[in-house]
Amino acid sequence: MRVEVHVTLKPAVLDVQGKAVQGALHSLGHDAVTGLRQGKYFTFDLGSTDRAGAEAAVKDMCEKLLSNPVIEDFTYELQESA
Amino acid sequence: MKAAVIVFPGSNCDHDAVHALREIFSVETHEVWHGDTSLPSDTELVVLPGGFSYGDYLRSGAIARFSPIMDAVQAHAKAGRPTLGICNGFQVLVESHLLPGALLPNRGLKFCCRVIHLKVDGKGSPFTADIGEDEVMTMPVAHHEGRYHADEDTLDRLEGEGLVAFRYCGPDGSRGEAHNPNGSLRDIAGLMNPGGNVLGLMPHPERAVETVLGSADGRRIFESLLAAGRRAA
Repeated sequence: MRVEVHVTLKPAVLDVQGKAVQGALHSLGHDAVTGLRQGKYFTFDLGSTDRAGAEAAVKDMCEKLLSNPVIEDFTYELQESA
Repeated sequence: MKAAVIVFPGSNCDHDAVHALREIFSVETHEVWHGDTSLPSDTELVVLPGGFSYGDYLRSGAIARFSPIMDAVQAHAKAGRPTLGICNGFQVLVESHLLPGALLPNRGLKFCCRVIHLKVDGKGSPFTADIGEDEVMTMPVAHHEGRYHADEDTLDRLEGEGLVAFRYCGPDGSRGEAHNPNGSLRDIAGLMNPGGNVLGLMPHPERAVETVLGSADGRRIFESLLAAGRRAA
């Protein structure tokens, strides 16, 4: 199974890097950009065909290591490998 | 007193901590590799030193938290024994949930390496019991992720329970944004657990133990801990 995980800072957490990137885009003339938030992307193969089990495992990974629940939210997608 | 300084791959203030404990305070100090699974017997103080454990990959302290030695460190801390996290060590403590909250990239986005001032806040802990509330201490900071963050309820609770160990301040002890090097919420420079035995702080007391290095104020924290140990003995 192919797994994709996105980790983003919670809305209430000040994202200084996202702010700097947005400022840089503005300086490039992309003034229409607002609300930019920087996050992390992980993708990996999971040797499992059991979808419920895989989902539980990915959730565990996100809660324990891939994200810090104090400051970050996560979303994930699982796709059957071709 | 017997101390253990944990050495992670990427630690770079471990020698400073060992030097301070061994040479300045004559404490029997052992360096313990992160891959070990136990602390030397009768270890009284565990120090998680500054540095860039695991290259700060993922989040500062996030991978060090799962080092083999950390089960023994958790047990040591939960048994009420002194556990000191300095800079990256503070980051490891929050990632380990031994202290609440998180440490985020500095407000100014720059690595911040300079001398700051701080004051004790909150209730007594063995690390701070002998430091006066009006005492302004001078110590260096050197970090990129030192902006303390927790939600408002947690911040209120920490303040209500007197668990904010240190706050950034000016040379005269006054608080204000100009004296806060990283944008830490409520000027928090260091925190303790409810038992007072787990202390995490971003400034480096171990690098401020000799006047030739610019300040000896860091001694106050180690002296306080050693005095508390003598009182308990």
